[in-house]
Amino acid sequence: MSILGTAVVIGLIGLVCGVLLAYIAGRFSVKEDPRVEEAIAVLPGANCGGCGFAGCASYAKAVITGDAPVDRCSAGGAAVVDKLSKLTGRSGSASEPKAAVVMCGGDNNAAKQKSVYNGITDCGAANIVSGGPKACIYGCLGLGTCARACPKNAIRLEGGIASVDPALCIGCGQCVSVCPRGLIRLVPRSHRIHVLCSSPEKGAAVRKVCSKGCIGCGLCVKAEGGVSMTMSGAIARIEYDKAPVANPEAVAGKCPSKCLVNLDLSDRGERA
Amino acid sequence: MEYVLLVIGAVFVNNFVLSRFLGICPFLGVSKKIKTAMGMSGAVIFVMTAASAVTWSVQRFILVPAGLEYMQTIAFILVIAAFVQLLDILMKRFVPPLHAALGIYLPLITTNCAVLGVAVLNTQEGYGFVKSVLFGFSGALGFSLALLLFAGLRERLDRAQPPKAFEGVAIALVTAGLLSLAFMGFSGLV
Repeated sequence: MSILGTAVVIGLIGLVCGVLLAYIAGRFSVKEDPRVEEAIAVLPGANCGGCGFAGCASYAKAVITGDAPVDRCSAGGAAVVDKLSKLTGRSGSASEPKAAVVMCGGDNNAAKQKSVYNGITDCGAANIVSGGPKACIYGCLGLGTCARACPKNAIRLEGGIASVDPALCIGCGQCVSVCPRGLIRLVPRSHRIHVLCSSPEKGAAVRKVCSKGCIGCGLCVKAEGGVSMTMSGAIARIEYDKAPVANPEAVAGKCPSKCLVNLDLSDRGERA
Repeated sequence: MEYVLLVIGAVFVNNFVLSRFLGICPFLGVSKKIKTAMGMSGAVIFVMTAASAVTWSVQRFILVPAGLEYMQTIAFILVIAAFVQLLDILMKRFVPPLHAALGIYLPLITTNCAVLGVAVLNTQEGYGFVKSVLFGFSGALGFSLALLLFAGLRERLDRAQPPKAFEGVAIALVTAGLLSLAFMGFSGLV
């Protein structure tokens, strides 16, 4: 067969395929709401899962179809809620911007080590095997399971303890759910005072295993006046749903073991 | 018995990935997690089986009568690409859950060499229609087996601590080599 015939036959196959595809695409196309694309463009695209959906695209779809409220995106904050409200005509108020904080201050200098952990680098595994290397059974295991879960690389591991960079944190809560000891909390960014200890043990027992643990002396609560802080057994507790502590410097200065810290979480990085 | 041997041969002895060296790209690309590997496996099984049927028909009813066997590669690429696109559209309309599960993997395998390979092998071996489809299906099954095994190994490797120089792709390739070595044990079985 000549080269021309070959070209014609192959061309015909292509043509038939093309026409068929064009016909099928027109006949069986699925109409998608154009607003879904717009909603995807509005969302930050971090796919962090903080909204409870598989990613930004599926949340966008749910918002447009009316299956989800417009104020679920913790990463985008008020700006995104505004734009989504305009898009859907439904209103919603942004929840207060939040940041994750690791409620433990026991780095390698402060916390006593009871053993050397040589297993796989995963907090869950270390927690099962004799509770990890630190003597404190409530403290940060420091193996970075939270850091690996973070979609923004906002968690650093230094000196055997994880800490969150508030400027990078988008408040999605992925780290909160993977920490086997439940040490990470999403706190309102307006709060400055945080208790970086999660041990409910009495003072003497805490002192034995960590120099930075809360010994339950109650000095901070007295200094604060008991408005937004209370004692919960032998540990000071911040009432995060109440107003932030009014005099953070004075309160933080009272803590004898330096587990009460004055953190500035207001910097939200480039999204502010 | 003939069919059973065909399946065993395609899955174990002449495994598409591990001994024929086809479909290496998705084998390395989508094997980081078992979940994505499952999605990919499903898409490959679906497409390879269907593509075998389509390319067999194209070969038998168009290329052979026209005396154009030498244009096989181009014709197959054309037909497979169009066919996968077609499936994509129809699936989105009629079986949205399946589309959501396989959706992103379908375009990935449009021009996958394992899919093209099965079509070419079918004509090389001179299989009939039923055998072609069966060979396509079992070849994809072999691909899925290799992919899932490898994904399982890689998930474990994630938690292991290999020497610094081996981290990442290096250890993955070494693992793939060892897996291939293991499959070489099946040679001579059929």
